[in-house]
Amino acid sequence: MKIRTLAATAAIAALALTTAACGGGSNSSSSSSSDSSGGKTLTYWASNQGTSLDNDKEVLTPQLQKFQQQTGIKVNLEVIGWNDLQTRIQTAVTSGQAPDVVNIGNTWAASLQSTGAFMPFDSSALDAIGGKDKFVKTALDTGGAPGQDPTSVPLYGLAYGLYYNKAMFSSAGLKPPTTWEELVTDAKKLTSGDKYGFALAAGSYTENSHFAFINAAQNGADLFDSSGKPTFTSDGVVNGIKRYLDLMQTDKVVNVSNVQYDNGTKAVNDFATRKVAMILNQNNADNSIQANGMKSSEYGVVPFPAPEGSATKVASHVAGINLSIFKNTKNKDAALQFVKFMTSPETQTALDKKFTALPVLKDATPNFTDNAEEAKTFADIYATKSKPLPLVASEDQFESTVGKAMNQMFAKIASGGTVSTSDIRSALDTAQQQVAAAG
Amino acid sequence: MSAATAAPTTPKAAGHRAGKPRRPRPAGWWLPYALLAPAVIFELLIHVIPMFTGIWMSFIKLTKAFIANWGNAPVTGVANYNVALDFNGAVGAGLLRSFLVTCAFTLLVVAISWVLGMAAAVALQKNFWGRGFIRTLFLVPYALPMYAGIIAWKFMLQKDTGAINHFFYDNLHLGGDKPFWLIGDNAFISVVIVAIWRLWPFAFLMLMAGLQSIPSDVYEASAVDGAKPFRQWRSITLPMLRPVNMVLILVMFLWTFNDFNTPFVLFGNGQPPAGDLISFHIYNASFLTWNFGSGAAMSVLLLLFLLLVSGIYLIVLNRRSHRA
Repeated sequence: MKIRTLAATAAIAALALTTAACGGGSNSSSSSSSDSSGGKTLTYWASNQGTSLDNDKEVLTPQLQKFQQQTGIKVNLEVIGWNDLQTRIQTAVTSGQAPDVVNIGNTWAASLQSTGAFMPFDSSALDAIGGKDKFVKTALDTGGAPGQDPTSVPLYGLAYGLYYNKAMFSSAGLKPPTTWEELVTDAKKLTSGDKYGFALAAGSYTENSHFAFINAAQNGADLFDSSGKPTFTSDGVVNGIKRYLDLMQTDKVVNVSNVQYDNGTKAVNDFATRKVAMILNQNNADNSIQANGMKSSEYGVVPFPAPEGSATKVASHVAGINLSIFKNTKNKDAALQFVKFMTSPETQTALDKKFTALPVLKDATPNFTDNAEEAKTFADIYATKSKPLPLVASEDQFESTVGKAMNQMFAKIASGGTVSTSDIRSALDTAQQQVAAAG
Repeated sequence: MSAATAAPTTPKAAGHRAGKPRRPRPAGWWLPYALLAPAVIFELLIHVIPMFTGIWMSFIKLTKAFIANWGNAPVTGVANYNVALDFNGAVGAGLLRSFLVTCAFTLLVVAISWVLGMAAAVALQKNFWGRGFIRTLFLVPYALPMYAGIIAWKFMLQKDTGAINHFFYDNLHLGGDKPFWLIGDNAFISVVIVAIWRLWPFAFLMLMAGLQSIPSDVYEASAVDGAKPFRQWRSITLPMLRPVNMVLILVMFLWTFNDFNTPFVLFGNGQPPAGDLISFHIYNASFLTWNFGSGAAMSVLLLLFLLLVSGIYLIVLNRRSHRA
């Protein structure tokens, strides 16, 4: 009996792992479809766009109240941090205990679409939220795999930019870089003592995977071939990753401690406290930089530069947040009304400003910063220098496998090792096999 | 449940159903079953059903394309097992390496925790002033909420701001660069130390309880015969603690081998290869890639391994104790 009990305990411990993260997941959604006396209720999971979860709540609540006044539909808001959001969505998909409307990172759109748990925006649904023509086309294209009805629509637009400290650049007699080579030279000049030219979120697999993509794209390489098979080991990808790693490895313009920066905020803090001269961040970094005491006149933004003579000037992926409706919502009409409200010009204007996001609507002007030059730079990057991440179902696996492999490469560099081109290729080959095994 | 076994002994046999060929049921025959029922139902709900669900999952292709509707997931037979056990492939090689890391981790953690627990229990066996305080102090890691304790370690183990590097390199002026503790090969040392810190108070508690049951006159008699403390420990304490040790080591082995919280809280999402313990590895394999079938197959393999080890352990030790 003892053996059996112990073995059973062991078994459960092992098997329970697959459900371990579900615990917090499904408690808040049961009330989503109460329909008493005509007043409907929606559950909405928002992602963390402001400086904190509470800040998000403060920003969104007035809008949700306005929505309730207009339509009589009450919205239960829950703001979820980025570390948990993907797991929470997975749990919701798996269990069917889902909210009605949810924010997703737009790079997940095609992956989530392939689960079949989200409502496709067919032409009637798109008409219900104001027509697809109201959106910027590149933004709407991130809504799902090409050739299918999108399962998400754009909400906030984001793009990467190279932030630089104006004072540090001018005192070193430097101009903001326009090529990768200039960037490295500048960063070397700005690195001395405990000041570094650059800070990276080298411990964040999502950031790492984004730059694997952007650097590869600058080399003219794609991550997936036309049939959706991963091509991570091509020269363009390997060399692109090498270039990014070398900022820490051979150029030594990045503090090795950055390997423990597991989200973008820590690099932003270093920048705002003037410990580093440059960071690569999406435009919503403005919030945190200014919250840390740096004025918007003290920093400038230029597109992330490509190496000299590179085929394309890709400086970012089409980043941003999309809005999805769960297929099994009992309030489809209310959910569509809510999506329409959130993507209406008035709400967009209000939220873009607070969350420092780029507009996803045609004819809207960026209002996230009072610095006209910065707004123009980001609008230009978003409109002309951004390439969407591969719109394939395995995209999320690219992020987790390649991003984590890069975490390990940075760890090896930080602890004194060397990462060669062939090391990168073999790590990417492993990642490729993992993606293939899961597909 | 002891009440349940006592219940059917009530001798009021009321033979109301004479039609039955066998002897009539006593009144209240259902009571023990009724009392047992909640336990059986919860055992089914909490242990048996999830276990069989997990085993079933390991034979289907439960990827994200089917996760919203499990019933549609195609049966793949042993394909998930083939991938997990193909040690030349990336997935199998990763699993094997994680398994070996976990074996080394378990061996070190259980052995050192047991030694520490035993030493502390023996040292605190004699009554002296302040014993109660020290006992309580030793149990603090066990009483602390697990996450709070491990997060404190995580802060202490940071490279630039951590207390450990500060102590060694800023206060004691050890030469060289401050090392990383949570990445690279040092991560193994870190996770072992934190796991020991968490586990040894349990060994201490169990062994201390076991020591209370050894009568003191045995020690007195051996002292009269001239036995020194180490001889007393080897010839009296150890054999008399044998039943405690047997269970203790098995339980510590199972806990440590399955440890998920320590690496999860310590390393977050970026687990270094040297700290890639198997439970965490399986979690990553299934959750990050949405491949729950593959994760379930790995879990079943882990279950089989633990069953095998526990079985052999108990058979060998029981046989020896019969012979003794």
